[in-house]
Amino acid sequence: MITVPYLLSIITFLPLVGAVLVVLVPGDAVKKWLAFLFSLATFAISLLLWTGWQNGAPGMQFVETAPWFPQIGVYYTLGVDGISLFLVLLTTLLMPIAVYFSMLYVKKSIGAYMALMLALETAMLGVFLSLDLVLFFVFFEASLIPMYFLIGEWGGQNRIYAAVKFFVYTFAGSALMVVAILLVYFSTGTFNIVELQFAQIAPAVQMWGFIAFALAFAIKTPLFPFHTWLPDAHVQAPTAGSIILAGVLLKMGTYGYLRLARPIFPQAAVQMGPIVATLAVIGIIYGALVAVKQQDIKSLVAYSSVAHLGYVMLGLVAFNMIGISGSVLQMVNHGLSTGALFLMVGLLYERRHTRMLDDFGGLWKSVPLFCGLFLVVALSSAGLPGLNGFVGEFAIMQGAFIYAPIFAVVAAFGVILAAWYLLTAFRKMSQGEITNEENARGQLKDLRLSEVLMVLPLVVLFFVIGIFPNLLFDKINPSVEAYMAQQSVRIEQGAPMTGLSLQLPDGLALSNE
Amino acid sequence: MNNAALNLDVNALLPELSMVVAAVVVMFLDVFNRGGRSVTRPVLPWVALLGVLAAAGASVWLLGQPVSTFQDMAIADLFAEGIDLVILVATGLSILLSVKYIPTVNPQTGEIYALLLLVASAMMVMGSAIDLIVVFLALETFSLGLYILSGVNRGNALSSEAAMKYFLLGAFASGFFVYGAALIYGATGATQFSQIGMQVMSGQADLNLLYPGIALLLVGFGFKVSLVPFHMWTPDVYQGAPTTITAFMSVATKAAAFAAFYRIFLVALPAQQPVWGWALAILAVLTMTLGNLAALRQTSLKRLLAYSSIAHAGYILIGLTTGTPAGADAALFYLLTYAFMNIGAFGIVTLLEQPGQMDVDISAVRGLGKRRPLLAFTFSVFLFSLAGVPPLAGFFAKFFIFGAAVQGGWSWLAAIGMLNSAIGAYYYLRIVVDMYFAEPTEETAIASKRSYAAAFGLAIAVVFTIGLGIFPNLWTALLEGGLNQIAMR
Repeated sequence: MITVPYLLSIITFLPLVGAVLVVLVPGDAVKKWLAFLFSLATFAISLLLWTGWQNGAPGMQFVETAPWFPQIGVYYTLGVDGISLFLVLLTTLLMPIAVYFSMLYVKKSIGAYMALMLALETAMLGVFLSLDLVLFFVFFEASLIPMYFLIGEWGGQNRIYAAVKFFVYTFAGSALMVVAILLVYFSTGTFNIVELQFAQIAPAVQMWGFIAFALAFAIKTPLFPFHTWLPDAHVQAPTAGSIILAGVLLKMGTYGYLRLARPIFPQAAVQMGPIVATLAVIGIIYGALVAVKQQDIKSLVAYSSVAHLGYVMLGLVAFNMIGISGSVLQMVNHGLSTGALFLMVGLLYERRHTRMLDDFGGLWKSVPLFCGLFLVVALSSAGLPGLNGFVGEFAIMQGAFIYAPIFAVVAAFGVILAAWYLLTAFRKMSQGEITNEENARGQLKDLRLSEVLMVLPLVVLFFVIGIFPNLLFDKINPSVEAYMAQQSVRIEQGAPMTGLSLQLPDGLALSNE
Repeated sequence: MNNAALNLDVNALLPELSMVVAAVVVMFLDVFNRGGRSVTRPVLPWVALLGVLAAAGASVWLLGQPVSTFQDMAIADLFAEGIDLVILVATGLSILLSVKYIPTVNPQTGEIYALLLLVASAMMVMGSAIDLIVVFLALETFSLGLYILSGVNRGNALSSEAAMKYFLLGAFASGFFVYGAALIYGATGATQFSQIGMQVMSGQADLNLLYPGIALLLVGFGFKVSLVPFHMWTPDVYQGAPTTITAFMSVATKAAAFAAFYRIFLVALPAQQPVWGWALAILAVLTMTLGNLAALRQTSLKRLLAYSSIAHAGYILIGLTTGTPAGADAALFYLLTYAFMNIGAFGIVTLLEQPGQMDVDISAVRGLGKRRPLLAFTFSVFLFSLAGVPPLAGFFAKFFIFGAAVQGGWSWLAAIGMLNSAIGAYYYLRIVVDMYFAEPTEETAIASKRSYAAAFGLAIAVVFTIGLGIFPNLWTALLEGGLNQIAMR
């Protein structure tokens, strides 16, 4: 087995190195291939995490640490455990696919585009690998800048509005998180995310801190009613941007809840749990109902994301073994399925320059290969047994049922609705007669080999995860078990939370004087 | 004469003295330019820059060996050297930006550089002053210089108006300051900060005189650093003054005035912290909020940056509100990062200004990303940093300020500050939107002036704006531990 020193740093910053090189080298073709090469190399190196994984070990692996700003306790600390491992792999897998798609179809200033994509990859990987609150926040916020430019420069008609809304909405959402991070530091004396799980925090600080963290992550996820930026951003973003936005960026919200909001403020999280769960369930039903009415396929997929991430949130709040493991898996599944959906929509859009369902019909007759793949992807997203989506959703439902049956019962309707809107979309696109000349055979080209190869890895993974979910669960579960045990201890030992205690203690002086 | 007995340690004033010497040399060299022939004029900015570098060297040399001088009226401690460095950075960058710019405003460049150096040296004295009289002397010296500098564009009505307005209101504010100083002297019988502090602590001070005195000092300072509601002059003066002078003013005046502000409140009046803490907190909230809200509506780049600088004064004030060394530490870091990013932003404005105009309309940046990609990138770095987006320096500046606030029990103030920075993000972003996502129009500035000196200055500013964001500890390592000193004295 190969052991590479500084493996996590290499994985995190390799794309950034690529971004700088892409800007420097001349020639569009060179820039494209260099970007693709770097994203592919990052993926290849990230596989070392899988091969070098210590099975059954619950804690952080491949940990690296170096003083960054030791005077105030800020360290550059990276680490990965069963919870973050697959999010990292998801990011490194989706990126070459998104970059490859852009190579084929993005024409406008390709160098800047690729550099932004790679810079974005570094920010996202940093979020999943950081074990220091400040470092986490820096990556979390830094991801806004490249995405903002990707939407604003390469997006659709209404791109400027969408880009500014995306930036300001999420920036404002995390503003209060800065104050909460500082509150946490001055009550515990550490920014280390692992140590913070063991710290005792006063009830009032927990409550305020939880509210601030949860708000930031609720906007990022996005949870109903904080979701309004998402459809705008998705519809306007270029295809690769949508793949990354839905596939990875949204998970930063649920991952943040799982990694920070919940374990740092466990008692407050328990107390606020029903509220979050209710919002999650409303999101599931609302997102699905709105998706049913959408004409624009991208908009449909965007709203389906609101619904799907509602499930993830529900599983996290349920806070039992099966619920959390299911949520972790479902984050990966949603990344794969929705990433693939946006990819398929993008491939269609590049051919027809429309995404309206009414413009299509009977595509099965003209582009069977596309339709076949689209059907598999849609079924995966709808949660058909045997495919990946089913495993995650089923586990989440079980978890939610144990938490409070009512949530599971209501959320189950969301599954039915998901099948409805996805299959309706498929029917309108593919079945029936060809109503529009431009969709006719010969007019519309079916997928090329390179395009099939782009989608294929995702489709293979649908089946692999659907049939052998334990490949993932084996690595997720030990970490989740330890995670849960630790929080139960803290809830038992912690000062009792009586009602909503919001009165902060005066002056949180550190004891280092 | 025995220097030790009189306590005249000239070493402590080396940074200030090198600036004064450079100013004299500049004036002397300028004499050879009579008759319309500019013999030495091209070298003047570089002579001035040399003075700045010498002063910076002296400041660094003085680090870590606090010396008081002139019978405990001034001191060269780490805080003073830190403020000196901020002012020197501001001066140096402004000189680099001025090389091509100032001759278009006024051909008498010698006077301008000499004044700039003298103003900066007075500001540096302000950072070392530990006596109300020295503070007042320094305050008046640099203010007088600034009144002239903001009006050097004599042919331009806006510039004259700015100078006049600044002068009238500034004189008024100085009056407030002197009155306040007099009342404090009346209350305590001392002008030296630590003696005032001892009098107040021992309960011998007349509180009926002391509190009005504090209030009047606050008004005087509030004017200098443009706190709401004493900010009215700021947009007009910032717009009317030559842009490189505005850039200098927006940073260096704040550094000097905040430095004296900190010393008076932390050394002379620490016992009254519960009183002035609340007063400052309210001022900070007003200043941040009004500054940011007003900036949202601006169409002139210079006025937008003026209102943004009002908002930033509010953030810096939060550090003082806490009354802790951590707050002073954070404010110093804030001022340093602010020097790089704000002068950088104004520097871009100088390059975009058309000849004969004193301002740039926001529409002039439309499509700049396509016309001048490097310029647009540089501007974006400054703007994102001003907005406080990591990993740029502006983020850590806010992080430390709000950290000090939370530590001191002012979490609500930190929360209001962060929400304000979200408002700020909107108007900074508006400029970025125009630069990158809008097509170039006829109004898009062609960026007529190409200046290697300015480019060099901007490059330094960009490097530090990014560098201090990734390695914020470089600066604190320089001053490590020293910031606790001011509270102890």
